Amino acid sequence: MEDRILKHAREINEKYSAFVTIADKLEPPGKDHGRLAGIAVSVKDNICVKGMQSAAGSKILEGYIPPFDATVVAKCRDEGAFILGKTTQDEFGFGTFSVNSPYGVPKNPHDPERSAGGSSGGAAVVTALADFPHIAIAESTGGSISCPAAFCGVVGITPTYGRTSRWGLIDYANSLDKIGCIGKTVGDTALLLSVISGPDKYDSTVLQLQEEDFTKYLKDSVKGFKIGVPKEYFGEGVDEKVAEVVWDAIKKLESLGATYEEVSLPHTKYCVSSYYIIAMAEASTNLAKFCGLRYGLHMDIDGNYDQYFSEIRSKGFTEEAKRRIILGTFARMAGYRDAYYLKALKVRTKIIQDFKIAFKKFDILIAPTMPVIAPKFKDIAKLEPIQHYMMDILTVAPNLAGVPMISVPCGTVDKMPVGLHIMGNHLQEGKIIQAAYSFERNI
Amino acid sequence: MNDEKSENRKNLIDCWKVDKALIERVAKVSHIELNDDELEKFSKQMESILEAFRALDEVDTEKVEPSFHPQELKNMWREDEVEEWDWRNSSPLDNTTHKEGRYFKGPKTV
Repeated sequence: MEDRILKHAREINEKYSAFVTIADKLEPPGKDHGRLAGIAVSVKDNICVKGMQSAAGSKILEGYIPPFDATVVAKCRDEGAFILGKTTQDEFGFGTFSVNSPYGVPKNPHDPERSAGGSSGGAAVVTALADFPHIAIAESTGGSISCPAAFCGVVGITPTYGRTSRWGLIDYANSLDKIGCIGKTVGDTALLLSVISGPDKYDSTVLQLQEEDFTKYLKDSVKGFKIGVPKEYFGEGVDEKVAEVVWDAIKKLESLGATYEEVSLPHTKYCVSSYYIIAMAEASTNLAKFCGLRYGLHMDIDGNYDQYFSEIRSKGFTEEAKRRIILGTFARMAGYRDAYYLKALKVRTKIIQDFKIAFKKFDILIAPTMPVIAPKFKDIAKLEPIQHYMMDILTVAPNLAGVPMISVPCGTVDKMPVGLHIMGNHLQEGKIIQAAYSFERNI
Repeated sequence: MNDEKSENRKNLIDCWKVDKALIERVAKVSHIELNDDELEKFSKQMESILEAFRALDEVDTEKVEPSFHPQELKNMWREDEVEEWDWRNSSPLDNTTHKEGRYFKGPKTV
């Protein structure tokens, strides 16, 4: 059985570049029973797995072998899971299409000429193609779980900020990073989230809540659910055919007993600017520690401190990482900090308020996950950086607000999958799981 | 008061402008080397990125507190207890060749 899993994983990788590393053999888990017994769990490359290269998709961390498991990984092993390997991603999570991926660009299982989405691209590809029991541990900063799940036609859940421990995560932006799950079904993601969430003495930012069994929300009922449909999420830049498929899904939920109403999230047009300034500012501080001395990429020590650091960082980071470090450093510099960083944080307050007001009236909000279907690589190559960033227009606001969200497949456009994005208030994972499950059962 | 406001406004608008010299300075601070082509390319790209981001100026944020986190976080405390670590099988020095004895070895600082 284990050999067959590894063989199939290698076949997927050869064709679709979904893994940075595949386990040499599937280590027997701590026990043969448990909630994940017999399930292979793949782990995004930016989450540490003991004894397995964990490089966050970056050459600057090439060769780094963690001597410990991230808390979420340890929890999976304790529940009987096999750790299958490390999945490809945009370097440090810097991207929407997984094309900033020096260890191989994951390809879309529905059309290899198209992107698998990012940044957790490899995780979604393995999930879509695995013919063995498998669930993926992924991570989102600004939409990196929802986007690849939508593009690859699988389910991705991003929990409330602070729901899952981040000990052992190679950080991108601390006020935004959340570890979550990608699975073939809503049930798979609810199961894995139940295992990996909860307090952790090693992470002081995790919410002190009792562990919860999210599978209890797998109920086929949306009777009485009040759905808000944010009108800004169907506006400019959103493909009409994608919007149409999502509206059909909303009507489906209505036919199952939910009600819906349009709502306005007035600060939506500022979310990309606010998000990128905050994310880049935080990333530039997090990436300051990578200097080619204690782990990862090495060179012969030549020259002084400044020369060595500059040379190795210039060699190890991709162009996008360099751009984000420079912009992020700039946004924090004396004389610019108030205009950029603090301003972006204040606009974030307004964005959070938009959600809080909406959730006073509605149980869940529904929108398309991504404004378009997975684009072709040849079209992505023509995009300027700012055009890349604008692709995140529908995912960054809920990520800035730290609310839970789930992307569930809801149909196709030109034979490519479309994701239905269901967002809930803080800690209301139960409601989004129940709505997604009901939809999945009745589509 | 009005003068002060318009002065602030002017400063804000100026903040969204970048040029090659500024990018070069920031790159140096961030320990990133850029060649001439990269510098040229980045300057242009950053100009258009910041041009888009300046839309933030439209939002009235007077009396609005910044959100450093999505939700308020409470400080968590735990006892500072020493835990056992298997040094023979795993050491912090395992991931580097830049070491001497029990220490990391780095480039000259002075």
